[in-house]
Amino acid sequence: MYGQTCLWNNQAGFAIDVAFDHMRAVNTMTNLPLRHRSHLHQLEAESIEIIREVAAEFRNPVMLYSIGKDSAVMLHLAIKAFYPSKPPFPLLHIDTTWKFQEMIKFRDATAKRLGLELLVHTNEEARAAGINPFDHGASNYTNIMKTEALKQALNKFGFDAAFGGARRDEEKSRAKERIFSFRTSNHGWDPKVQRPELWRLFNTRIAPGESIRVFPLSNWTEADIWQYIAQESIPIVPLYYAALRPVVERRGQFIMVDDTRFKFLPGEAVQQRLVRFRTLGCYPLTAAVESDADTLDKIIDEMLAARTSERSGRLIDHDESGAMEKKKREGYF
Amino acid sequence: MSALLCPEASPAQRSLLRVLTCGSVDDGKSTLIGRLLFDTHSVPDDQIITLAHDSKKYGTTGADMDFALLVDGLEAEREQGITIDVAYRFMGTKARKFIIADTPGHEQYTRNMVTGASGATLAILLVDARKGLQVQTRRHAFICALLGIKHIVLAVNKIDLMGYSQSVFETITSEFAAFSSRFNYQSVVAIPLSARFGDNVATSSAAMPWYQGPTLLAHLEAVETAADLAQLPFRMAVQWVNRPNLDFRGFSGTVGSGFVRPGDKVTVAGSGVTARVARIVSYDGDLPEAIAGDAITLVLDTEIDASRGDVLAAPADLPEVSEQFAADIVWMSDVPMLPGRSYLFRVGTRTVAGTITKLKYQTDVNSFEHIASNSLALNEIATVNISLSAAVAFDPYDANKRTGAFIMIDRVNNATLAAGMIRFGLRRSTNVHRQVLTVDKAARTALNGHKPAILWFTGLSGSGKSTIANIVEAKLHAAGAHTYMLDGDNVRHGLNRDLGFTDTDRVENIRRVAEVAKLFADAGLIVLVSFISPFRAERQMARELAGPGQFFEVFVDTPIDICRQRDPKGLYKKADAGQIANFTGITSPYEPPEAPEFHVLTAQNTPEQTAQVIIAGLGGLFAGPDAGA
Repeated sequence: MYGQTCLWNNQAGFAIDVAFDHMRAVNTMTNLPLRHRSHLHQLEAESIEIIREVAAEFRNPVMLYSIGKDSAVMLHLAIKAFYPSKPPFPLLHIDTTWKFQEMIKFRDATAKRLGLELLVHTNEEARAAGINPFDHGASNYTNIMKTEALKQALNKFGFDAAFGGARRDEEKSRAKERIFSFRTSNHGWDPKVQRPELWRLFNTRIAPGESIRVFPLSNWTEADIWQYIAQESIPIVPLYYAALRPVVERRGQFIMVDDTRFKFLPGEAVQQRLVRFRTLGCYPLTAAVESDADTLDKIIDEMLAARTSERSGRLIDHDESGAMEKKKREGYF
Repeated sequence: MSALLCPEASPAQRSLLRVLTCGSVDDGKSTLIGRLLFDTHSVPDDQIITLAHDSKKYGTTGADMDFALLVDGLEAEREQGITIDVAYRFMGTKARKFIIADTPGHEQYTRNMVTGASGATLAILLVDARKGLQVQTRRHAFICALLGIKHIVLAVNKIDLMGYSQSVFETITSEFAAFSSRFNYQSVVAIPLSARFGDNVATSSAAMPWYQGPTLLAHLEAVETAADLAQLPFRMAVQWVNRPNLDFRGFSGTVGSGFVRPGDKVTVAGSGVTARVARIVSYDGDLPEAIAGDAITLVLDTEIDASRGDVLAAPADLPEVSEQFAADIVWMSDVPMLPGRSYLFRVGTRTVAGTITKLKYQTDVNSFEHIASNSLALNEIATVNISLSAAVAFDPYDANKRTGAFIMIDRVNNATLAAGMIRFGLRRSTNVHRQVLTVDKAARTALNGHKPAILWFTGLSGSGKSTIANIVEAKLHAAGAHTYMLDGDNVRHGLNRDLGFTDTDRVENIRRVAEVAKLFADAGLIVLVSFISPFRAERQMARELAGPGQFFEVFVDTPIDICRQRDPKGLYKKADAGQIANFTGITSPYEPPEAPEFHVLTAQNTPEQTAQVIIAGLGGLFAGPDAGA
């Protein structure tokens, strides 16, 4: 009952052809459809159901858009979920002002291409106070410019539900995260009050002031994300592709010099390296990996062969064991 | 073209299997999952390095890697050395992607296991070869059957510690076959294995030449579980109505079962309105067909009245539509379930209020015995009758998991309270139709010259409810209003003489009084209800029964020390002496109102002053010529 032909030779839009091939395949003896659906198809359907559920049940939802590959997939799923309507919620980007320039360019182009409302929020008091990732420590900086800024934005706009692109495979403490993650009125996450999630019968009820973070990609893995990006031809920030980029080597990692605010340590010098990023964030806190993967196929090859997790490139996770869980309790996404 | 995208590994052709693991840390469950992740290369190198480090620090396997640490989660659990929640793990092979729901095995975590089981197609039941079948194995097998899991793997672990003995394995498997025959499983496969050393997990064991069956991983890859929801009658709960403009109206939802093609007829369950599918609209173009599990948008050939909560179904094979059904529920809250209390029920995409009208029996999860009971505590399982405030469309859970499942929700704090499986509809509800009455509430209101209302006095025993209510009634009567007083003690001498003071009976007590108050209000009266009514949920039920604008909650707020001093009926003395069980404020809780219409502080005002304030606040009942509106 599985498809017999390999249609991948057809380079353009290849996987969609295959999906359709299965949809049209009917057992002529019984007139019943063939049952097979690929795991990506099933993940897509589950995510779309979750996204629609939020639009139907919440008064004022928002989609957190972090510009990375997971956000790209989540946004694509939202477009599919409501087609031919547009997603009935805006996008929100928490801009720390330290993102890669290419990310900002990509963000604005994406919102324009899709005709979606994009809200951008920055913790202005902290910016005015000069909080930056070089002088204030990764953990401290992240708390102020990301977690605090997010809370400010959620309060300012009164959002009662916020989509995030987190996945359960990213980090151990995420494995137990709910798809609908309940937050108290001060955005805290308490493992004790999280609700059991039975079947697909989500309990979306909240009291005034409370909110829910929703993770439609909970059951996706990094491999699923990349394979789906390839299948659906989803645009991604060029930083994911290998190119010669100006970097400095710091504690064994390559940090890109993205603008003139970069603070060099004694003895550091810019070098041109063929690098790419597995994960995107604030440029001083995001390590590049040496790679010559300059196409999606090569990235997928590299990812499937790679034996390190993507978060190893995020400097904020290395502070201490259980770091992610602490950040979550404080309201980090 | 990438080598990795060739047919066997092609992402578009891998299927997805959701697996539940049942067992405890002692059985080696975490070790088995860790081993599966490790052997399928689902663990990145940096996590392996962390594992090697953690194994030294927290491990229980000496110099070896402790695979259990790969799947530990929250800090507290790591310290306690046990898993207390549902964790989801992911692994993939060339044939399948697996989502593993990892749940704890002890009885106090039954709710977690039920949560994991609700989404799983296959369950791995772990048994420690040294101990054989345990009480918990019976419990796990029962819960899997209750939640409709049809495929079971009996993983006989730690067989290395029993010398890889064939007879140990066979004794366990034949015992399991004997007692599990009562469950309606489709496949049961027993595998002898050692999670710690990897025997028969991903690779066949050289130590057990007598075992000819598949390894655990080979079985997981091959087992045919396509649940065939696609072959059941078509069902789709409408999730969202898609209206980008006046020319387009689509019904978005996930196909729960069956399949649908353009040209097919679909019927709105309940209303019976039927239309044909004109298009299945998707971002990738119109689809020729959609099957169970697909998230779709249907455009019909005629405009029909359907919205979120409705179920679209195959006209030749419609779901049942009823307000009443029998169901099994698993209670998941620390607050007990009380028959008669008003809860929310989510069935499909519809959420309605309802009550458990009858607790038929509780089932002991270890012995499967039926036990008489009048309430349910955390993790208890029971067979009940349910009555909802509106009819819903459903199928029996055994016939269709997607349309036969429901959850229960607390009306006050919104907690998820229970998982439910509908067993069958109670047909009698379809034969009891409401009479349409020609003299209605508006007509009576016009005759009376005032609107009806329910004044609900709540507070501790001795707080002064009856005293204040009596003065208010006298004043209303003097003003020409038609009134009636329902007093707690008096009603208990008559209508409710069969009820005691347990939480269950208190809930039923209030339910009956609320219904009677509603009837009197329908008759046009201003009803004064003076009951301790300690629970928020019941007062909320009375409020909703009364309808908007007709319910006035009067919280008679008197500190318990003053009530005790007054003690007009000598009850506090008795309660303090231990002669009265379940006395509100002492041995039974009182939940104060959060937003009462009147909050009366008796310590600061006389009953006469209080009554004046209440009367002043009721002016609207007598207002103007539109009093009947």
